[in-house]
Amino acid sequence: MNTPSQPTAHADPHAVDATPHAGSLREYVTGFLLAVLLTAIPFWLVMAHAFARSGTTAAVILGLAAVQIVIHMVYFLHMDTRSEGGWTLLALLFTVMLVVIALSGSLWVMYHLNDNMMPSSMHGMGNMHDMRNMP
Amino acid sequence: MSSSVTGSVGAVGGGDAPRYYSIEDHHPENGTLLGFWLYLMSDCLVFACLFAVYAVLGRNYAGGPTGAELFDLPLVAVNTSLLLLSSITYGFAMLAMQRNRLAPTQGWLAVTGLLGAGFIFLELREFAHLVQEGAGPQRSAFLSSFFTLVGTHGLHVTFGILWLLTLMAQLGKHGLCAANRRRLMCLSMFWHFLDVVWIAVFTVVYLLGVLP
Repeated sequence: MNTPSQPTAHADPHAVDATPHAGSLREYVTGFLLAVLLTAIPFWLVMAHAFARSGTTAAVILGLAAVQIVIHMVYFLHMDTRSEGGWTLLALLFTVMLVVIALSGSLWVMYHLNDNMMPSSMHGMGNMHDMRNMP
Repeated sequence: MSSSVTGSVGAVGGGDAPRYYSIEDHHPENGTLLGFWLYLMSDCLVFACLFAVYAVLGRNYAGGPTGAELFDLPLVAVNTSLLLLSSITYGFAMLAMQRNRLAPTQGWLAVTGLLGAGFIFLELREFAHLVQEGAGPQRSAFLSSFFTLVGTHGLHVTFGILWLLTLMAQLGKHGLCAANRRRLMCLSMFWHFLDVVWIAVFTVVYLLGVLP
């Protein structure tokens, strides 16, 4: 980062690790206000039963959470495309990919497992019946 | 760690004295911070697995209490605001550090630690209350995954507070030296990261948990 580095940064070779980008007051306050807003809205939505359908509420609060995570990343963790020559962003994107695979994969597999193993489900019974009739 | 490898070119242009040049690239500016970031990403995967477990088991109540019956949303809101406030107070500590002011840095760190301690206090009280009601981790798959996920986050915050206290002692002893600045940057990332995880926790566990 090119933001004001320590005056001693080049005198002491060990000092270059210090404070590449610690943010500004404006950045922190903006991030904080946005985070407060994005926290208050979902709590209000759920506690005031703003939507009649649970599905709508769920979708909206998950969306707001995603936005707030990005806000935290940008304003508090100072993520951008240039820090560490882009390596932090690359590591983050790779992690996000793994997280998406782990979460969606788990839900997908376990949902179908429940569906197929449920003894009372008509669908499952039909399958068992078919298999019994197989030669 | 940072001793650069040098190679001798020998005499160039007729001079007697051998010249040296660095055959290594410039030392990466923030090796520690990048390494710490990678640790945070691996920690993120730990939490992702716990979230996946909760997502799969979160509605398996085994005839026991449901999230809607157990969760006290106003308490969770207070907890969330404590953690969010601690995030910005840590930011203020970093700003004070940038201006080379030791006393405000220590002060904001202390405030951050107290807010974190308040968070842990409320969370432990919630856990104790749940266990008293017979809704301990052994009651159902939902509660097992709930205690594992939220407990792991709480454990991270607890260790963050211990780290913060250690750093405050270090700062008291050595002041804002380069090593301490680097450590403060690392804890800053850790602390904000825990707040990010908490966003997912209060959304997925508490808010989605009380939806009918």
